[in-house]
Amino acid sequence: MNSENKKAFIEGFHNGIPIGLGYLAVAFSLGIMARSVNVSPLQSMIASWLCMASAGEFAGFTLIGAQATLWEVAIATFIINLRYLLMSTALSQKLASNTPILQRILIGYGVTDEIFGISIAQKGTLNPYFSYGAMLFAVPMWTIGTGIGCFAGNIMSARLVSALSVALFGMFIAIVIPPTKGNKIMSCIVAISFASSFAMATIPLTAEISEGTRILILTVIISAIAAFAFPINKENQQ
Amino acid sequence: MSNYTYILVMFLVTIAIRVVPLTLIRFEIKNSFLQSFLYYVPYVTLSVMTFPAIIDATNEPIAGAIAFAAGIIVARIGANLFKTAAVCCFVVLIVELILS
Repeated sequence: MNSENKKAFIEGFHNGIPIGLGYLAVAFSLGIMARSVNVSPLQSMIASWLCMASAGEFAGFTLIGAQATLWEVAIATFIINLRYLLMSTALSQKLASNTPILQRILIGYGVTDEIFGISIAQKGTLNPYFSYGAMLFAVPMWTIGTGIGCFAGNIMSARLVSALSVALFGMFIAIVIPPTKGNKIMSCIVAISFASSFAMATIPLTAEISEGTRILILTVIISAIAAFAFPINKENQQ
Repeated sequence: MSNYTYILVMFLVTIAIRVVPLTLIRFEIKNSFLQSFLYYVPYVTLSVMTFPAIIDATNEPIAGAIAFAAGIIVARIGANLFKTAAVCCFVVLIVELILS
């Protein structure tokens, strides 16, 4: 690892700490859910380690509980995780074009909402080692959190779980807010995103749509309108 | 059916969605609309995921709402990821202590 990669790795690790702590809390509740559908602690940990997806795993466990067909599991997993397709596409533009395929696969494995968030917020091209640093803490926390939740149920105090569960959102806020400073367009886009997400979660008809799908629909619509109305050029992007 | 079979299917679908764009799109997208679209995607998607989910994440919705406002304020002042996350957690802890 050269010094530049090392620096990126350490920075990624640093950024991964709040993510990992948040994961621990969220994974814990996912584990409790897995236990309720007779998924063993070991199985829940393997699922979390391989999938690294909260909503996707939740849906998967639900379908395991219902003894659904493999096709149903595949389709539900696909739809709920479809937003990662957009995130990976966006991230593909942040990588140096000569990034080797193995590195691309590893980065792809780590495209969670949160790791994507901090990776895309990096200035310039993304150093793969930044992502690896973030994964080093976040992935074990997610995996272990699920296992503990599944094995032990409710040992962490509800108050602590409640406080830790907003860590992820705090990070999202820290990513979306800085670009809005002195930028009316970005301010508008972020405000509209908050408002329309709230509206969709509240209006009875749209509230029935799963959260993952709502996120996907709003992301596509709002980003497309913004891109159409306010196209950006490479120079003023940073 | 074994749980492991289910988990294998979950894994294959999830990893494919994430890896395919990253491995296949090895060029710079030149189209101005697509470029702009991909530029806005992260901000929109993270905003949409944050609100109102932050309110549902806490035991007391009001604690999540105050954490949301506090997060926006400290992020505007210039707090980094870790500090903003810590402030949000701390606010929830305090608000829920006061309310209980």
